[in-house]
Amino acid sequence: MTATVDQVEREIGRDRRRKEDQRLITGRTRWTDNLTLPGMLHLAMVRSPFAHATITSVDTSAAKTAPNVVAVYSGADFGDELGVCINAWPITPDQVAPTHSPMPSDRVAFAGEVVAVVVARSAAEARDAAELVDVEYDVLPAALDLKEAAADTVLAHPDLGTNKSALWVFDSGEAGTGAPVEDAIAKARTDGIVIEREYRQQRLIPAFMEPRSVVVDPTGEQYVMYSATQIPHILRFALAATTGVSESKIRVIAPDVGGGFGGKLQVTPEEWIAWAVGRRLGKPVKYTETRSESLLSAHHGRDQWQKLTLSAEKDGTVTGLKVELLADLGAYVAIVGGGVPVLGAFMFNAIYKFPAYHFSVQTVLTNKTWTDAYRGAGRPEATYAIERLMDELAAEVGVDPIAIREKNWIKHDEFPFTTVAGLEYDSGNYEAATARAKEMIGYDELRAEQMARRASGDKVQLGIGVSTFTEMCGLAPSRVLGTLDYGAGGWEHASVRMLATGKVEVVTGASAHGQGHETAFSQIVADRLGVAFEDVEVLHGDTQVAPKGLDTYGSRSLVVGGEALVKAADKVIEKAKPIAAHLLEASADDLEFANGRFSVRGTDQGMAMAEVALATFAAHNLPDGVEASLDSDATYDPVNFNFPHGTHLCAMEVDTETGELKMRKYVCCDDIGNIINPLIVSGQVHGGLVQGIAQALWEEAVYDDSGTLVSGSFVDYLLPTAADTISFEVDHTTSPSLTNTLGTKGVGEAGTIASTPAVVNAVVDAVRHLGVNDIQMPCTPERVWRAIQDGGSGGATTEAAQPHFDEAEGAGA
Amino acid sequence: MTRITLTVDGAQVSDDVEPRMLLVQYLREKLGKTGTVIGCDTSNCGACTVHLNGTSVKSCNVLAVQADGAEVTTIEGLAEDGRLHPVQEAFRECHGLQCGFCTPGMIMQSVDLLKENPNPSEEEIRLGLEGNLCRCTGYHNIVRAVQHAAGQAVTS
Repeated sequence: MTATVDQVEREIGRDRRRKEDQRLITGRTRWTDNLTLPGMLHLAMVRSPFAHATITSVDTSAAKTAPNVVAVYSGADFGDELGVCINAWPITPDQVAPTHSPMPSDRVAFAGEVVAVVVARSAAEARDAAELVDVEYDVLPAALDLKEAAADTVLAHPDLGTNKSALWVFDSGEAGTGAPVEDAIAKARTDGIVIEREYRQQRLIPAFMEPRSVVVDPTGEQYVMYSATQIPHILRFALAATTGVSESKIRVIAPDVGGGFGGKLQVTPEEWIAWAVGRRLGKPVKYTETRSESLLSAHHGRDQWQKLTLSAEKDGTVTGLKVELLADLGAYVAIVGGGVPVLGAFMFNAIYKFPAYHFSVQTVLTNKTWTDAYRGAGRPEATYAIERLMDELAAEVGVDPIAIREKNWIKHDEFPFTTVAGLEYDSGNYEAATARAKEMIGYDELRAEQMARRASGDKVQLGIGVSTFTEMCGLAPSRVLGTLDYGAGGWEHASVRMLATGKVEVVTGASAHGQGHETAFSQIVADRLGVAFEDVEVLHGDTQVAPKGLDTYGSRSLVVGGEALVKAADKVIEKAKPIAAHLLEASADDLEFANGRFSVRGTDQGMAMAEVALATFAAHNLPDGVEASLDSDATYDPVNFNFPHGTHLCAMEVDTETGELKMRKYVCCDDIGNIINPLIVSGQVHGGLVQGIAQALWEEAVYDDSGTLVSGSFVDYLLPTAADTISFEVDHTTSPSLTNTLGTKGVGEAGTIASTPAVVNAVVDAVRHLGVNDIQMPCTPERVWRAIQDGGSGGATTEAAQPHFDEAEGAGA
Repeated sequence: MTRITLTVDGAQVSDDVEPRMLLVQYLREKLGKTGTVIGCDTSNCGACTVHLNGTSVKSCNVLAVQADGAEVTTIEGLAEDGRLHPVQEAFRECHGLQCGFCTPGMIMQSVDLLKENPNPSEEEIRLGLEGNLCRCTGYHNIVRAVQHAAGQAVTS
């Protein structure tokens, strides 16, 4: 070994190209839908076209006689063996929640709910036969509009007697973390500023690119479920808990999974139905959804009304914030369900030193597709509300939006800082990130151009949007989750196995679906054990290989799962040390470990980790009482959440005559602590930005007045393309996290959380001088134009599809 | 059933297919060419893009019988003798993929784009990829990958 200590290049911080890519760029992939097992049968679902209806009969006789149909089942054909879809987070003890059967036999509660399943030898034959299943319904009135549903005008589930599921409240006065907010608001009404707004978080669809797919193989001693899921471990637990199969008889595999964004953080009716059918028939079965089925029945995200009251002194010092949310759960309380808005409860105060804070959320059942986590889950809603409000306050006071933020934010020398929501922020530097972002975008020049355009009455006006976000991720100490009545913990598990040849197998309970764990985790372990990056193999996503884990969501994999890896690797070193000492005939106390090598202090004697691994494997010469294994496990439970932050600035041009928008520039400076792989981080930021920008400008799940999803295909649900988007400028400041040894903070959701208000603030900023102070999302040209014309927020979305054909000419024309 | 004979990734294949079978279903279900994937029902997403006689097509929008006598190249036939195609290499180099599901279609479309226009501007790249959806990358690094494959200087 010729390299000296100084010459060994550290893996952490390198822009390593991804280990995952070779397979993915050559088509050597294992998506669930790629799997074909001997004798495998295919499922097609029969779904309700009605938002709310009683099922009066299901006639499967015609379908059963169709070619190569093996079986047709409705809900009545299964009893308890079908199980139920679970809610893992009852946010209050008295939460009202309907039973969620995967395939109800009596009543459907949203359009798209499964009422029957056809099993055939091919997917095409199953779909053909599904058309022959004759279901009779008695249509019931449907609860569709969120505000009307909250008033119990029409009941989504008549037997529950109400649509109101749970009311969850945090009050800083009661919690002792701040003053009572009503006092602050009352004072501001007499001698300060009160900003009152109502914002709409429209309904979104996660729209991962790989449609969900599930294969159930009941032919071995363990039943195997392959699923396009983010949560193989939680899925296994839920199957065991609800279908009567012993957990030890269940193996869940998440093979290659094509994106999730929270949308595959779910236990789904389709998985449960495939499980029941596979067990019933004793044959492997597969179900792969169409894109339309995915948009219709995979869970949706966001969907809130936000009533907001901000009080401030006349100089813009905020004195209190009151948040009252209505959150649409859809037809059922999903696995996280009402927990999504609760995850936002601690973030409305964001980076600011507010003395008083009150939050409430009323979750509401409706007859729409159920909602759950979508990238950011609660924090984008919170960040949108407060960052829009801070712009409104700046306008009221008459100062620059950044100045109002500076006046209120936590200064870098005030960390650690306990917020009015009761969280302790460990580190951050909002001044530095903001200064860098301003420099990147050329802030002062843009403000000068904006002034010039306003002065000249240019038909194209310029707006600059600011978003100084923080978020909480890496959920979190299990103890804290317990106090919130969350059904699981927040730990993560890892194993490090030293192979005889000196190669390393790393097992993680995180379950990647595009994040690049195999690469980033290899870098961490390579540094820690001093082995080559190429010699580390990261294994995940199979409960037989990675038996313990809590999977991937909430920007937790690195900050929780990565730290578990560090702890497991450190245990390997500790186990190797006495063996190395024995072989070197030295005292363990005289050994030091660096760059993959144990050396005896003050001598040139040493031994590589790989040599210790081989000697341990041979076990010919181990110290007495030492076991012949270096393999180690660790389960890490974080001591706190994790608080990345950043400043995002967006320049938008608005054509005031047409409402057309053009994004001119978008820069961001995120502080995510120490960075393991800057290339992967940049990808997470870019992708996150576009999802947040898409909420601001394009995406919305729209229902018509009978509860039919009219944005039920990629023709109607407006996912942005390469031609709609621009290139971004991304940079970082670094305030290492103090609550994990790697100093890392989560980055998976940051871009999405930050960008939505940056864009809407920019649009409003461009036309504020024309009397506009809000534009409802998505900010379509029509809505922008209407807002300019009449000063409102542009109106609600027309709840009807654009006709695909000219009605006068007919569909056949 | 209709008999079709065609060349896929350099190998001649021949099968009886239902007239309604899509080319993408033929590739996946009959030939096991699962590198080509299905992302939507409406030919919006482009995940299934392959080359038909050297030109990119969405294989969900072509019937298998229409490919009779044709030469089809999928993502699995792009690398030659174990050497990656420059566009494949560029996607890895520039981190132009995350989950990888849109990647086969995105690469096949990019290859066709560069064949038509070997030195495209950023705008031409973005317009040329408009028919291929990606949910992970925000397109930023996909555009960089195409620029890199075109031999252009690439900034981060």
